Amino acid sequence: MKNAAWRQEFESVLGTGWEWQAPHEPERAPTGIAEIDAALGGGLPRGALTEIFGPASSGRASLLASILAQATSRQEICALVDAEDAFDPVSAAAAGVMLERLLWVRCQHDAEQALKAVDLLIQGGGFGVVALDLADTPPEIARRISLTSWFRLRRAVEHAPTVLISVSRRPNARTCASLTVECARERVEWSGVRFTSRLLRGVRVRATSTQRRKACSPAFTVRVI
Amino acid sequence: MFACIHGQGDLTPLAFEFSPLVERTSDDTVTFDASGLERLFGVAQDVAAAIMRRAAQRGLRVNLALAANPDAAICAARGFAGTHVIPQGDEAKFLGALLLAQLAPSDELMETLERWGIRRFQDLAALPPLGIAERLGPEGLRLRELARGEAARKLLPLEGPERFEDEMEPEYPVELLEPLLFLLARLLGGVTTRLATRALATNELRIILKLEPRGTHERVLRLPVPSLDSKAFLKLMHLDLSAHPPAAPVVHVRLEASPAKPQSAQSGLYVPIAPEPVKLELTLARIKGIVGEARVGVVELVDTHRPGAFKGKGVGAGGWGVGEGRATRIFRFKKQREALLFPTPIPGPPAPTPSSFRLFRPPRPAHVALSSTHPESVAAPGIRGRVIDLAGPWRTSGDWWTVDPWSRDEWDVALSDGALYRLYCCPVGWFVEGSYD
Repeated sequence: MKNAAWRQEFESVLGTGWEWQAPHEPERAPTGIAEIDAALGGGLPRGALTEIFGPASSGRASLLASILAQATSRQEICALVDAEDAFDPVSAAAAGVMLERLLWVRCQHDAEQALKAVDLLIQGGGFGVVALDLADTPPEIARRISLTSWFRLRRAVEHAPTVLISVSRRPNARTCASLTVECARERVEWSGVRFTSRLLRGVRVRATSTQRRKACSPAFTVRVI
Repeated sequence: MFACIHGQGDLTPLAFEFSPLVERTSDDTVTFDASGLERLFGVAQDVAAAIMRRAAQRGLRVNLALAANPDAAICAARGFAGTHVIPQGDEAKFLGALLLAQLAPSDELMETLERWGIRRFQDLAALPPLGIAERLGPEGLRLRELARGEAARKLLPLEGPERFEDEMEPEYPVELLEPLLFLLARLLGGVTTRLATRALATNELRIILKLEPRGTHERVLRLPVPSLDSKAFLKLMHLDLSAHPPAAPVVHVRLEASPAKPQSAQSGLYVPIAPEPVKLELTLARIKGIVGEARVGVVELVDTHRPGAFKGKGVGAGGWGVGEGRATRIFRFKKQREALLFPTPIPGPPAPTPSSFRLFRPPRPAHVALSSTHPESVAAPGIRGRVIDLAGPWRTSGDWWTVDPWSRDEWDVALSDGALYRLYCCPVGWFVEGSYD
């Protein structure tokens, strides 16, 4: 309704005969989690910044590992810029990430280095997924990253077929992110009797996604392996 | 003008000293293009004298002949001892006294000529060409041309020794990187041009810098694929020399390139995107300049149960995505065929996503309050909380047969801060290894 009003107003000023086109729908890269892919219309948008955030143990790293596993299984080359040197290759390989197709950049607990590395990787081109992992970076440091830097990253990735992902505790990129996925832990699943045969089974995660026009909140389970 | 050297010994290097166009006519004869040498040495006799002087310096005793065409020079050098310069147009007269056997005709032709009483060059040269063509055919005509010293042909040149290197000595010691790069750019331009003329490329450049007052600084730049992109090489040199600058002013610059066949691979239409190898190398060099050399690369798992063990390695030779097109296509077609033959089963409930673990590097030392044998509360840098639930302990150990054994008891704990951690106790104390995320 609002769009129709806007259109009428434009046409009253500029005259009729304009071709109104729907915005270009970006290509999507599946995340490997059926619930999220279904909710997001196929996965994460290419050529755009997606921000995944949430508290510790909320399934952010598992979601990222699933995205990387999917991308590497499609023979794409991925890059992980690890600001806090927290990546665990063993669990990533168990999640299906083909490590030989993943470039790992370990920054020395320096978010600024990580941003520079991401910028260079995007400028270099050819990566299917570039992930910036700020999940363990203190929120006050992550917040210091200027909006200009995020805007620069967004502009750099705009015309590339790359999925740019930022993982953090709180949202930082604000309007520069085309898609935000908030992860929240619903419950922790244990089995067995406490102190005798207790086992950590998994975590039930609720992912709330906000896009410009729609919002959804699929849930998925992370299984401890 | 062509020169022919006939004699014993290694004649080819002597010929290459005077000309790049050298033909190894036989084991004891080399012929080379001597045109233009007059400008260096003077008249043809001076050129001949210079060649003989150099041969004497090399300890060679040779016959030398200079003529307007290579075959006349070869016949003269083989037939006459010493040095001879055959004036243009006088070849037939000059070579006339030589025996026809020197031209090595076929036995049948030689017998015919013997029967006719023709033994020397001048005898054959005097015969009419039409009659020779009728009686002896093309071979006879060719023999007559050689006997008259009129045969014209091109040399079959030897490939010169392939050396793609250049050096330069600046007038004063170079202290700054920018002027040094200016010199390297000049050397690089020459080397890449020479490589390009041979349809070659390079994947390894060696920079050798002589320092003042002594010592050398050597750097080797490698590319995953051969390339001739001098801009990319120059940028790589810049990044490498910025990261590893020479310790003293540079007095001599040398650049060596290892020749390699250029890569000629066309990727398929459906091959996933991959970084361009040369561009990737530049990007990696830039990132290494920011985060450090050992902190960028591809990781490989190690066959051990030791927690956190992995092996870092550089990006694979040939970069990524090179030569994978066919395999990928086959994989895709195989998947399509399987999808047709074996329809997808009715989907059940979605499989849970495997969890990931986030490591603390190094593990955070923790103060753990115990209740009987179980952790009750944990305090570590950035982590503090009461244990809500836990699983464990899981005892693991390994490498007891080596000098670096390990053993520990692990717990999975849910703390009151809401997070799930892996806690372990080893002989050194308590540590938080990381969190489930």
